[in-house]
Amino acid sequence: MGEPSKLGFGARGLVLGLGCLAVLVPFWAVLITSIASPEEINRAGGFVLWTNEPTLDSYRAVLSGGVVTRALLVSAGITAVGTALSLVTTIALAYALSRPGSLLQKPILLMTVFTLLFNPGIIPMYLTVKQLGLLDSYLALILPVLVNAFNVIVMRAFFQGIPGELRESAYIDGAGEMRILLRIVLPLSKAVVSVIGLFYAVAYWNAFFSAMLYLQSSEKWPLQLVLRTYVVNNTPIGSDQLSSNLENLPPQISVQMAILVISVLPILGIYPFIQKHFAKGLMVGAVKG
Amino acid sequence: MHSLRDRWRRDRVLLLLALPGVTALLLFHYLPLGGNIIAFQDFQPFLGIWHSPYVGLDNFEPVLTGDPVFLNALVNTLIITLIQVVFVFPLPICLALILNATISERLKRLTQSILYMPHFLSWVIVVALFQQMFGNGGMLNAWLRSADLSTFHIVGVPELFKLMITSQVIWKDTGWSTIIFLAALSRVDPAQMEAAVVDGASAARRLWHVTLPYIRPVIVLLLILRLGDTLSVGFEQIILQQAQVGAGASEVLDTYVYNHGIVGGDWGTAAAVGLIKGMVGVALVLGANRLAHALGEQGVYAK
Repeated sequence: MGEPSKLGFGARGLVLGLGCLAVLVPFWAVLITSIASPEEINRAGGFVLWTNEPTLDSYRAVLSGGVVTRALLVSAGITAVGTALSLVTTIALAYALSRPGSLLQKPILLMTVFTLLFNPGIIPMYLTVKQLGLLDSYLALILPVLVNAFNVIVMRAFFQGIPGELRESAYIDGAGEMRILLRIVLPLSKAVVSVIGLFYAVAYWNAFFSAMLYLQSSEKWPLQLVLRTYVVNNTPIGSDQLSSNLENLPPQISVQMAILVISVLPILGIYPFIQKHFAKGLMVGAVKG
Repeated sequence: MHSLRDRWRRDRVLLLLALPGVTALLLFHYLPLGGNIIAFQDFQPFLGIWHSPYVGLDNFEPVLTGDPVFLNALVNTLIITLIQVVFVFPLPICLALILNATISERLKRLTQSILYMPHFLSWVIVVALFQQMFGNGGMLNAWLRSADLSTFHIVGVPELFKLMITSQVIWKDTGWSTIIFLAALSRVDPAQMEAAVVDGASAARRLWHVTLPYIRPVIVLLLILRLGDTLSVGFEQIILQQAQVGAGASEVLDTYVYNHGIVGGDWGTAAAVGLIKGMVGVALVLGANRLAHALGEQGVYAK
């Protein structure tokens, strides 16, 4: 737009380039350090940015049983179960709310939107979970965050963007609500379902505070708590925690970086597949409001 | 108008579909909301919410009398909010304008994919990455040492804590926050822009008179929502790093509630502070929305 100026072009490129580097360099350093050989790490005194002798020893140490392996399974389980439950509940509620004029639609919509406005607070939340007998249970990491009102609103807006004639003709042909939802609405809503699914999955995978608050026994820890203990707080991690039968444990830093890589990898893995839906899935809902 | 029975017969499947979600919201949003009653109790865990004695406004004493520990948390919260509104909030707008001006569609998409990514990392990961990069034994200092330059300390220094958490917020969310501004920018009418060029408007004037009106409603909307969050600043982010710098520099209202209630067992005071925090948040959103309407903006919801 307008006449492109050389200076403006260069400055913009510089900003974007630096921005991308700021994101990519830490990932690169972490990844390479996790696979570098102990000698290279000793020589560099910590991080390395290039390795000539890549080794997977630190991954073998971390994944051959012990604290990290267990936490990985816990996180994967919570994320899979939680995302499935959240998606089903959210789709059902959003569909029910996408039909203005239906019985109780207005009060339920108001009730949903109102939860965006206030946060019950940490203490009452904790006491509620305790009262319901969910302390130290994995359900405490799922049920309180089962439905996110923002996600419901976005999905509802998407459903409402589907032409009403499609539903009406199916209705005339004798299809019930369930059939319309499963056969007509959902197949047209892949974009929004995958984006909202990603949001839920990322939230479950990343949950740290709820696990710290509600889980008392450390055997139940998900990955984020393990990450906090051994990487952020720098608690030494040794053969006791890893139950590894490797003769020489890899350097502490490569073990830490391996844990970091493992906790980032699933997100980076699904990200490219979902990312193309961002514009379509999210914008329809968010901008139309 | 259909009778209630007809409507029930017609819509019962919809109601059944809404039931699980509604139950979850009632149990985990509305029930705890009522649990705030313990702000007015001398709450004893073994007596529970039904049998703990009521003590009026006793729990609000630290707030009303300006207890220094509470004031410290309040002041830290307000400073961090101010920093974030002034320095962090405008960044995604600038970045969105830069991205929007990028001509190559492929380059633009690649850059977006990279810049969005940190948003999806947990705070634990972001804090860990920052420590590994800038910590005393981190990459930067290792490099400085190997080049015989003096090292610097930023992680674990109370005076630099607010700078630290601000940089983390910028790193994590600037890219992702552009998404909504980019959507608004994509609606700028090219014909209007061309007319402005033909009329000899400078780049700055085009930005001000043509582009800005398209993104102003979004800016106002996000500012209002940010205002509602004034008293909640990065709880997970701060609690992760609190041990390194101490409460003086890092205690905010949310960590105050956690540290006094869950950790310290002073349930009543913690709930009282949490309740005030929540109410101020709601008041700020509604107030700011009113102001936006008065200024002729659309705000969060239409009037």
